[in-house]
Amino acid sequence: MTSTTNSPAPTAVRRYEWVAFEAIWVRELTLFRRYWASSTFSAIIQPTIYLLAFGLGVGTLISSVDGLSYVEYVGTGTVAMAVLFASAFPGMFSTFVRRTFQHSYDALLAAPVDIEELVLAEGTWIAAKAGVFGSIPLVVTFFFGLTPTWGMLVVPFVAFLAGLGWAYFGMWQSTVVKTIDAFTYITSAVLTPLFLVAGTFFPISNLPPVLQVLAQLNPLFHCVQLVRDACFGWQPLADLYHFAVLLAFALLMWELASTGMRRRLLA
Amino acid sequence: MTTPPRDAGPAIVLAGVVKRFGSITAVNELDLDVSYGTVLGLLGPNGAGKSTTMRLLTGQTEPDEGTISVLGHPVPERSKQARLRMGVVPQQDNLDTELTTRQNLDVFAALYRIPRGRRRTAVDSALALVGLTDRADSKVTDLSGGMRRRLLIARGLVHRPDLVLLDEPTVGLDPQVRQELWGLIDRLRTEGVTILMSTHYIEEAERLADDVAVMSHGRVVARGAPLTLLSEHAGTEALEFFGPPENLGRIEALARAAGLPTRRTGPSVSVLRAESAPAALVDALGSGSRRAATLEDVFVLLTGERLE
Repeated sequence: MTSTTNSPAPTAVRRYEWVAFEAIWVRELTLFRRYWASSTFSAIIQPTIYLLAFGLGVGTLISSVDGLSYVEYVGTGTVAMAVLFASAFPGMFSTFVRRTFQHSYDALLAAPVDIEELVLAEGTWIAAKAGVFGSIPLVVTFFFGLTPTWGMLVVPFVAFLAGLGWAYFGMWQSTVVKTIDAFTYITSAVLTPLFLVAGTFFPISNLPPVLQVLAQLNPLFHCVQLVRDACFGWQPLADLYHFAVLLAFALLMWELASTGMRRRLLA
Repeated sequence: MTTPPRDAGPAIVLAGVVKRFGSITAVNELDLDVSYGTVLGLLGPNGAGKSTTMRLLTGQTEPDEGTISVLGHPVPERSKQARLRMGVVPQQDNLDTELTTRQNLDVFAALYRIPRGRRRTAVDSALALVGLTDRADSKVTDLSGGMRRRLLIARGLVHRPDLVLLDEPTVGLDPQVRQELWGLIDRLRTEGVTILMSTHYIEEAERLADDVAVMSHGRVVARGAPLTLLSEHAGTEALEFFGPPENLGRIEALARAAGLPTRRTGPSVSVLRAESAPAALVDALGSGSRRAATLEDVFVLLTGERLE
């Protein structure tokens, strides 16, 4: 009576199966149809406000930064901020709510979905949204005088990669915190200070050396640099370095998020 | 539903399974098997290890010791294979509340690998099965508690599984809805679906299960058809007495001296196997009410615990 001799139909069991991935994305898309309008609205309105405030306001005091007009500088810097908002926040809040309040992940894991597939599908979905919403500030900046270039077509991919890292950062944090209120600490003590050393609104070269070194550890900084170089001219060696840092960040966060989710969901 | 090969062995086998959470042993050297085409009721109070057993079967928690096989697949090693052919109806409502009834089923139809061209039919027949066809386009938040539970069941049946796990299927529902769901589960049973159903409602187990496993402190303490369990442990009739504590104590002493088991239920004492009590003893016991023995009597005798 060995089970091997009469196992049911030989269905492929691979670690990652497209169908599980697809079904989770279909679910996300169905949900997205309910909230796309509000997300798109804030994705457009936020950079517009920043460009009006910094570009037209502060910009009148500053003629150029690092050889760019201030509007070009801020417009491209805002991409990184939009990516962060579109990825770290859903990573933290959505995954926390779905895991602890809605128990959606329990439902998926009782179906033929493995935790690795769940983490990959959720992370890439958030990153894909960050790729789109992160690029919107660039489009908005066109209306403030930014000249379109071919290199800008790479920006959504940079936004995706950076978004993937931040999505997994958020997902990892969602497995660390005990209550949803604890995200306030992460937002104010971790995410907000990162803006200081990211080169979004002002160059880090004006900062004290200590902060300049810290900037090298800040994925947001590398995202900003990569976006600017994509828009205004590649610097192959430096850009390879920025890319490598973003990739390493995404892989590290992916691992931490996977470990955390496994611990929380497969206890 | 597909008919499994006759020599496939039981649909579920747990052998020597131990699961600990810190210092708590939730499942303790559990041996349990469920044959194809039968309904096994897992009866036990909260904390007996029923839900943990369910999660072990879906690979959502891994055993510390022992082996598990589900539909011929070792779990957790090939849990995904097993999950393809099983449906899970959790105790906890985990529907996507932002989606409609149909959308909830669409997602799971895809997850269960139903070919794209057949998904619509599969979802329609799952909706019809649980009587939610006219609520297909309602948002889940607009459904009543009973409808949501029916949708949970439909979600677990959309791929016509060979095995269904029902974790406390009617807990917290009003009696009328409970009756409806019992009818539905009974229909699955007649279709030959293998069902493992945990419950702490005696009536549910008596009505629906071919076989009952009484669980206490993480292990099965008795197993058999409801009537067999009754006749083995509690007989057919019980005499129930109310009164002051000293009188109840006297009754217990008398019954035990005559070799009859007793159980306390709050302010009363039940003397079991009353059908075999000599007339003299019945007289000595005083005036009590005669009732049929229940699985609850069996349960309390075996575990010393109350169910609710």
